[in-house]
Amino acid sequence: MRRLFLIGVPYLWLLALFLVPFGIVLKIALSDTALAIPPYTPTLDLAAGWAGFKDFLSQLDFENFVWLTEDDLYWRAYLSSVKIAAISTFIALLVAYPIAYGMACAPEEWRPTLMMLVILPFWTSFLIRVYSWIGILSTEGFLNQFLLWTGLISQPLVIMNTDWAVYIGIVYTYLPFMILPIYATLEKLDGSLLEAAEDLGCSRLQAFWLVTLPLSRPGVIAGCFLVFIPAVGEFVIPSILGGSRTLMIGKVLWDEFFANRDWPVASAVAVILLLILVIPIVLFQRQQQRQQEADA
Amino acid sequence: MPSEKPNQIRFAPWEDTEAVPLIRFRNVVKKFGEFTAIENLTLDIYEREFFALLGPSGCGKTTLMRMLAGFETPTAGEITLDGRDIVPVAPNRRPINMMFQSYALFPHLSVADNIAFGLKRSPMPKSEIAGRVEEMLRLVRLQKFASRKPHQISGGQRQRVALARSLAKAPKLLLLDEPLGALDRKLREDTQFELMDIQEKLGTTFVIVTHDQEEAMTVASRVAVMDEGKLMQVATPDVIYEQPESRYVADFIGDVNLIEGTVAEAEEGGYKLVWADGAPPIHAETDVPLSLGDSCTFAIRPEKIAISTDKPDDRANAVPGKVLDIGYLGNISTYHVQMPNGAIFKASATNSRRLSRRGITWEDEVWLSFTATAGVVLTQ
Amino acid sequence: MNRRFTWFNATSLTLGFAFLYLPILILIIFSFNESKLVTVWAGFSTKWYASVFNNTAFLDAALVTLKVGVISSTIATVLGTMSGYVMVRGGRFRGRTLFSGMIYAPLVMPEVITGLSLLLLFISIGMDRGVFTIVLAHATFSMCYVSVVVSSRLVSFDRSLEEAALDLGCTPFDAFRSVTLPIIAPAVISGWLLAFTLSLDDLVIASFTSGPSSTTLPMKIFSQVRLGVSPEINALSTLLIGIVSIGVISASLVTKRSAVRRRAQEQQAVGGAA
Repeated sequence: MRRLFLIGVPYLWLLALFLVPFGIVLKIALSDTALAIPPYTPTLDLAAGWAGFKDFLSQLDFENFVWLTEDDLYWRAYLSSVKIAAISTFIALLVAYPIAYGMACAPEEWRPTLMMLVILPFWTSFLIRVYSWIGILSTEGFLNQFLLWTGLISQPLVIMNTDWAVYIGIVYTYLPFMILPIYATLEKLDGSLLEAAEDLGCSRLQAFWLVTLPLSRPGVIAGCFLVFIPAVGEFVIPSILGGSRTLMIGKVLWDEFFANRDWPVASAVAVILLLILVIPIVLFQRQQQRQQEADA
Repeated sequence: MPSEKPNQIRFAPWEDTEAVPLIRFRNVVKKFGEFTAIENLTLDIYEREFFALLGPSGCGKTTLMRMLAGFETPTAGEITLDGRDIVPVAPNRRPINMMFQSYALFPHLSVADNIAFGLKRSPMPKSEIAGRVEEMLRLVRLQKFASRKPHQISGGQRQRVALARSLAKAPKLLLLDEPLGALDRKLREDTQFELMDIQEKLGTTFVIVTHDQEEAMTVASRVAVMDEGKLMQVATPDVIYEQPESRYVADFIGDVNLIEGTVAEAEEGGYKLVWADGAPPIHAETDVPLSLGDSCTFAIRPEKIAISTDKPDDRANAVPGKVLDIGYLGNISTYHVQMPNGAIFKASATNSRRLSRRGITWEDEVWLSFTATAGVVLTQ
Repeated sequence: MNRRFTWFNATSLTLGFAFLYLPILILIIFSFNESKLVTVWAGFSTKWYASVFNNTAFLDAALVTLKVGVISSTIATVLGTMSGYVMVRGGRFRGRTLFSGMIYAPLVMPEVITGLSLLLLFISIGMDRGVFTIVLAHATFSMCYVSVVVSSRLVSFDRSLEEAALDLGCTPFDAFRSVTLPIIAPAVISGWLLAFTLSLDDLVIASFTSGPSSTTLPMKIFSQVRLGVSPEINALSTLLIGIVSIGVISASLVTKRSAVRRRAQEQQAVGGAA
């Protein structure tokens, strides 16, 4: 009885507030646009039973999805989201690896503090962290002031409201997700492996290249997924730092919903976004499972 | 059976056909999916016994114990306690307590609260609990540590808290899962005797699971040697050591020379066994009925073989060899002696003299000798 | 890993942490700027803090946020602890795969989708949107985080402790209440804190599920930020950062101190043995 309660309550909660809403999204994505509010025609009439269900099936149409393929805005937005996420992930990897490596090499008594310094930004508001870059990246911002002062440039750089600002924003906000898994694998690395490599004639650089780097691969892969997956659906960063020409699907969905009030199209965009994310999510799951089995 | 405590009445209910066992396993089978952990096992354990389940890891001894505690349900067969079937009884309703390998002391409770934990959930009136806890603390000599948390005491003390906690409810049967596994060697030996004292004082039936044969031999009244879910032999420690019934038991307990041979000739009370070309046959006395040409194993403990530089005349068996290696262990030395046919025998001797005055050394030609009753003949 | 700490390591750590902290540091410094121009220093002033505290729109939003945060993270903690327990100790039951899928999916689901789907649910059952709907939405996605935190603690939990409780006469529920729960309490508390921070921080899901009278602080900040940088937002951000950092740092100091004390006691116990 208690077991039933223990399983049942969270189960029903998640069914009602996670699975059912998702079903509704799917249903609306397949229904017609109507001008009334709510701006979709409800197509499933449960009271009508089986006949109603058949009716519902016959009314389903893929018009919204066809619409998505016809208007190249959506195509470009999907491609551009994946591109921006991929580039940002790559930059984040380049930035995070030396930091994680430095942490793993640091004296043992520093490491908890360094860990906390990496995690601390995660606890501070995401929105504020993104916002803090506006003052740095804008035309009269601190970065341009600094570069003009050093004489490296004579004209202020235009970074704000470009894709570059979005890359910087994503790298900045998701950096802890990249550092932590890499650090975790590097920290576990047995130091005697490197000593053995050097003993067998490797230089320090060769030892790093032939031993450290391959052994930190699980952390690198995990970090890349942890940055890439949320970055694809990002909304806050492109809408604050990006320009009008920065296309990201999360922003398109938001505009479709709040500005155009076209709920069926917004739902269709959501369904396809999820389909795009399924591949990396499944790959990530597999990799984690393999890793767990290897560790066990 | 030579008793170690001659002034006490000999305790051997398993030899008494009238005695009623406390625990009976009847054709118990336990399967985990495809894997058979316990294979058709039947076993009786008597009241006041200190019973040891001994075997390598994965032999099923822990599964057997967990079925007694109620954490596993047998796939088939029955388990009775005092004649009552306990299979359907939930663990919290069995008059059986367990001392866990990890001790499983509740880290958020003090030593006294750990001991009182079971009492608070028993019909014992509240007013008597404190007294009982005090009594248990005295039993394990931890009165001073009553208010400490488990992490504030040493490993040996934790072990004693776990013992006190599992004994507090005065169970009919106490299960001990590798109780001394986490202690270092010296402390373990002291604690073994302490456990025996406590068991004798309380008269509770103890079942101990261990993979340490010395521990089982020291503490137990009877030992069950298990392998792959089967009982190999159930007997007193001295019988297990001196009269093993199979090669497995002989090899698992202590050091042994296993010599494969065939029966060449029947003799007075035994047989002449041929074991190597050119070597003198072994004269072995045994009750095992064998026919000519049967193959069997002659098992002999190293300490039952004497080593000497000259051929002794008074022993039934004597074989020449050459010393290959000497393992010096302090109190005894073990000699590895190579026979003319290449086989290596182990013989051990007490170092009653100082090392410098000992005669035998590497490459020496020596004689190994033993009596006709020193070893056992095994067919399994 | 034990390696020599080189100049290269020191440089990358310095640059890395500068990158992580400089933007926040600049934001904090310029919240004390006299001028309205946010990128030019014109002298020290705390006038922007005064204007934050006089801005009733901010205060109202802060109140809504706090209310949503406390209620939703409490619900999330209860549900998340239950589901974490079910995941680790529940054994097999029908629909387990679906259950674990529903626990993990919200962790990787883009917020825009979660928000959109919940809004469509609330509309289709005719539920008025307000604080209540935000609470439901936040409780749903943060219970998954709590569940992950709690189940990772339970995985490393010595199962024989629960068996010992059963062996000593506890019913399964009694064993959970008097043994499991006190021991996993730190994980449950950090689960609550995580849920609370997630709720305080959330913009997207709240935007979808809130009603006209229930604007949360992140929504308020977002609508201001779209208009550009303002020293008032800097001041508000500094306040939020201050509160969170004090909380996180003191929590970690407390756990560190108790760990140090515990280690000292353990050493003493080993030293004073026999």
